[in-house]
Amino acid sequence: MSTPVLELSGISKTFGAVRALSDVDFQVAEGEVVALLGDNGAGKSTLVKVISGAHPADAGGVIRWDGRQVGINSPSDAQRLGIATIYQDLALCDNLDIVANLFLGNEKLHFPGTLDEVEMESRAMELLDSLSVRIPSLRVPVASLSGGQRQIIAIARSLLGQPRVVMLDEPTAALGVAQTAQVLDLIERLRDQGHGVVLISHNMADVRAVADRAVVLRLGRNAGDFPIAETSYEEIVAAITGAADNPVSRRSERTGSSALATEDK
Amino acid sequence: MTQQTPVSKASGEGGAAPAEPMRDPRLLTTVASPKGWLDALRRRLRGGELGPIPVIVGLLLIAVVFQSMNDRFLSPQNLSNLTVQIAAIGLMTTGVIMVLLLGEIDLSIGSVAGLSAAVLAVLAVKQGFPEWGAIAAAIGVGLLIGLVHGTVFAKLGVPAFVVTLAGLLGWQGVHLYLMGSDGTINTSPNGAIAMLTQTYFVPFMGWAIAAITVILYTISVFVVERSRRRARLPYKPPSEIVFRAALLSLPILGGVWVLNQYKGVPLAFLIFVGFVVVLDLVLRKTRYGRMVYAVGGNAEAARRAGINVDLIRISVFGIASTLAALGGIMLVSRNFAASVSTGGGAELMMAIAAAVIGGTSLFGGRGNAYSALLGGLVLGAITSGLLLLQMDTSVRFMITAAVLLIAVIIDAISRRGRKSHARGGA
Repeated sequence: MSTPVLELSGISKTFGAVRALSDVDFQVAEGEVVALLGDNGAGKSTLVKVISGAHPADAGGVIRWDGRQVGINSPSDAQRLGIATIYQDLALCDNLDIVANLFLGNEKLHFPGTLDEVEMESRAMELLDSLSVRIPSLRVPVASLSGGQRQIIAIARSLLGQPRVVMLDEPTAALGVAQTAQVLDLIERLRDQGHGVVLISHNMADVRAVADRAVVLRLGRNAGDFPIAETSYEEIVAAITGAADNPVSRRSERTGSSALATEDK
Repeated sequence: MTQQTPVSKASGEGGAAPAEPMRDPRLLTTVASPKGWLDALRRRLRGGELGPIPVIVGLLLIAVVFQSMNDRFLSPQNLSNLTVQIAAIGLMTTGVIMVLLLGEIDLSIGSVAGLSAAVLAVLAVKQGFPEWGAIAAAIGVGLLIGLVHGTVFAKLGVPAFVVTLAGLLGWQGVHLYLMGSDGTINTSPNGAIAMLTQTYFVPFMGWAIAAITVILYTISVFVVERSRRRARLPYKPPSEIVFRAALLSLPILGGVWVLNQYKGVPLAFLIFVGFVVVLDLVLRKTRYGRMVYAVGGNAEAARRAGINVDLIRISVFGIASTLAALGGIMLVSRNFAASVSTGGGAELMMAIAAAVIGGTSLFGGRGNAYSALLGGLVLGAITSGLLLLQMDTSVRFMITAAVLLIAVIIDAISRRGRKSHARGGA
């Protein structure tokens, strides 16, 4: 594995009396798809928000970008570094067409300040072609697209900012079989183009299909980091649910050095 | 990777036919011939994209019905008066459309028009201001009021309905206060104020304006389509551009011809149409317009895209009230007077009805500036026709209500069509 683009270590986040994340480590390299797994309330969303700058982490943790220590205190910090986050609600304007949505807030202009539709449409076409996405007309309102196409447009839009890490929050949650396949294809293409991809998903089939590694969180702590190819479905599920019969808990029982055990002392 | 890919369209056809602009094979192309355009039109109609067609059909229907009942309806004099009559409410409608595009409503425009009329009359007549100065002050008052509405709505989060409802009451109060004991203030019949609605262009000017409009339109479309062709995007062939230009020149040249048979093109109507055209260009061709549509479609998405949603909202309310103030000035100009009832009657309801009849959605993000012109013409034609037939206001209200309902019903049905043809339902 190449050196990680983004590396978090010892990240904690407390909300009042609730410790949502404690001492979490996470990393993602270029050209790598990392699945972030965990049950509801495991801290996946909190970790995503820490990385995207929506909720800065508590003091003490270290975030490194290309090996250099950085602070991510706001969404614009994250964007400047090159982290793009696509949330579940996609944030598309249904009444605008695909080109308008792709360039929303970032329009290309002619000299007197009018929209350069030709430039935007060509750029949009290039972008979608590079992702091998085929949509008949780029001038239809986004409302008329299927769920998978909408997801793809949302992802494509984030790529205009030339990010190096793309985080996808449940990109396939509401999609049918064919649409899920489209989105998974796109994730593979992102990886092949050298982006680091963080995939938050509940769908184990999706994770096994595209992810290189799976990082499991449980109750706000790291509960395992598995290379997908060498790990069985049961092992990952066990790490997510915290069932006793998995390598992590077996090892900690043997050595008596689990994080929980140390804290109890 | 065991991933199956059911959608493998991309394989092998990437570099095919490099000479032709890239087109998805699933995209039905429009053949550049009258039959091709007719097919494309039929496809759009079946998909529920009616555009301005129902309104235009409605206008023709109104014309036929009234003309058959009174042959003075389509006379140049009546049509000329009609265009001057709709200018005031038309300007107010143009402002309402901006607010409706945001998915909000402005109930205060009638009161703002009334207040602007009062400011204008008091300054020009009682304070002896020069008339141009009074006009500028009245417009300035409108802008200021709109910015206040917008700020309270955007920054304090008070629903626009409530803010402008307060405006409806409050500004009418200020209007009455300014008028004092006078029920009516008469303005000079031959100053700048009166000139706004009393000026008609000589026939040559009318033709020149019409010709310049059509030529500018044709050239700009040619330039755009040529650059699209160069960028290898789908483009309209020259024959289609000529056809469209011909279609556009029909109402423009016809209108000028009719108006020239009376006194010529009225300045008031030109001001109204000018604002509609400028606003349409702003909405479709500028970043600001794109932002207005975006905020109306999905404010949260717009905010995340880095758009200053508050600024857009405040500015739109500012524009709406400014145009309402302009409408108030037109009302004074036409009546040679401002009265306590100026802007306090059916103006607000007519302005909103015109916007909806013209095809602007009440739910935001859908509509265009031309609905002010079309909706205004429909309501103006009904009013004018019923006046010719010497019908009472009561009948006019009932018929206007029926037209409004029909417009909304057509919109609802076509929306169903859009949904089932996957063209977006909102």
